[in-house]
Amino acid sequence: MLNSSLKLNTKMFDEKVEQVPIRQGFGEGLLSAGEKNPQVVGLCADLTESTKMNLFADKFPNRFIQIGVAEQNLASVASGLAAMGKIPFISSYAMFSPGRNWEQIRTTVCYNNQPVKIAGSHAGISVGPDGGTHQAIEDIAITRVLPRMIVLSPADAIEAKKATLASVDTGTPVYIRLAREKTPVMTTESTPFEIGKAQIFWKSDTPKVGIIATGALLHKALLAAKELEEKGIEVEVMNLATIKPLDEKAIIELARKTGRIVTVEEHQIRGGMGSAVAECLAKNFPVPIEFIGVDDQFGQSGTPEELIEHYGMGTKNIIEAVKRVSKRG
Amino acid sequence: MELTDEKIIELEEQANNIRISLIEALIKAGSGHTAGPLDMADIFTVLFFHTLKHDPKKPDWPERDRFVLSNGHICPVLYSTMAHAGYFPVEELKTLRQFGSRLQGHPHRDFLPSLETSSGPLGSGLSQAVGMALADKIDHGLTSSRRIYALLSDGELECGQTWEAAMLAGKEKLHNLVAVVDRNNIQIEGYTENVMPLEPLSEKWLAWNWHVIEIDGHNIEEISDAFEAARAVFGKPTVIIAHTIAGKGVPEFEYDYRWHGKPPNKEEGTLALKELRTLGGKIKSEHQ
Repeated sequence: MLNSSLKLNTKMFDEKVEQVPIRQGFGEGLLSAGEKNPQVVGLCADLTESTKMNLFADKFPNRFIQIGVAEQNLASVASGLAAMGKIPFISSYAMFSPGRNWEQIRTTVCYNNQPVKIAGSHAGISVGPDGGTHQAIEDIAITRVLPRMIVLSPADAIEAKKATLASVDTGTPVYIRLAREKTPVMTTESTPFEIGKAQIFWKSDTPKVGIIATGALLHKALLAAKELEEKGIEVEVMNLATIKPLDEKAIIELARKTGRIVTVEEHQIRGGMGSAVAECLAKNFPVPIEFIGVDDQFGQSGTPEELIEHYGMGTKNIIEAVKRVSKRG
Repeated sequence: MELTDEKIIELEEQANNIRISLIEALIKAGSGHTAGPLDMADIFTVLFFHTLKHDPKKPDWPERDRFVLSNGHICPVLYSTMAHAGYFPVEELKTLRQFGSRLQGHPHRDFLPSLETSSGPLGSGLSQAVGMALADKIDHGLTSSRRIYALLSDGELECGQTWEAAMLAGKEKLHNLVAVVDRNNIQIEGYTENVMPLEPLSEKWLAWNWHVIEIDGHNIEEISDAFEAARAVFGKPTVIIAHTIAGKGVPEFEYDYRWHGKPPNKEEGTLALKELRTLGGKIKSEHQ
């Protein structure tokens, strides 16, 4: 059942569940951060409206810098602003930032130890019709490998707003992964959020499998849990909104309790959130793991639902993975 | 501020001392870059001993100007200049590139916090300087007297990011930004005009709405005058294209791109130090 202590949206399984793009939460969070802290500045590479930075730019035109289609410059200019005491948020599509400008992020942001906040919108395969060039499914791998970088992957717009606000004061570089599509709202304004803390969204008395999900696919994981419960299979579902630093304690506890793990992410299996979980468990508490994600392929055009199904990340696939992992020795 | 003859001699001697110290450091290190550091000694001297608003005893002084070295591989001249200016003991130059040294092979702020940026990968320094100038403009508007200086090599102008930054600086009319290009015509694999032609160079900067000044990068008075002239430019960033002689100060090294990325061995180093020490004597006699 849903964990009532987290004050989640109890209507999340309704057919008419409220759906909001995760990037909208970023836009609102940045606006609110700008109102609270005069040092917050925004920089964008010609995608202000698509990344929802326009909410900030319209309110604070003097603290917004339009960089043009130049993502390498975007990252390093932000580093310079941070060196002068500003708290810069940069936004583009995840494919281009942190994709195209990875070395600039490594050297001028992380190596330089400047607290630049990188919002990568249109992450995942659910970008849909734009096709494979615009579907960032490698971004978790390339950001979590960077020392000092915090990696956040909110599951809905409300969580994205909280993640954006929380990233202001970390004093470190932060990557915030955002999806383009409308996403079911699973949390509420009252749901607690803390960087580095994983949360159990679905609880059971005697769970046999732990599902760890990140981003919008958390909704599919919860749907799977509900369906499995109806079939008498008990699982727990963890929302892993912070991929780095990893909440190792919570992950080990879940593995101890269930003995089997399924990870779910809209990302390449190699190097992603599941890999981070596997690194943690292989060292501390080895258990069988099944990985839901894109299996070493590029994306293509289609509707988000078609693509999620085609690449094996739907509710049905999660249920199958739970059954598969249950049979492993 | 205009330079007196005495001050010019003092700065020329200082530049020569900086060259001597960096050659000594390179011989000890056994690896590193020689040509660029030698040819930038005059400009670094004018900046750190005359132009820059800074306090070596208080490197985090908030009101200071900012100095961004983009081509981090010429750090022997940065370290040598900082040491002579009083940021750390000259003696410490002997630790260059060694394990545990504050003087990393390419500059790293974690090790030496008085550096404004860590650098090495080419082409991103101007962007960082633009960010600093933008922050200054947001806080102090168009009348800010602070200056952000960015030192670039000519070879790194082949990196597209430099021009992304140049475009933005022109668009934002960053009067508080001054870039210096070390136009020594060499890069690691040869002469720039053979590897990837940069000419017409000043026209490129003009096209992005920069104010362009060309100088002899070894003439102390011209260097100082150019920085002074840049202070009077409003509504535009300034680039100083400094024509320099790669390896300047050691005739055996001059103009030769092969000295871009290697240090002198003991024998070559001894020769270089002899040349530089003799040059020190010439500075005084020429001005007498």
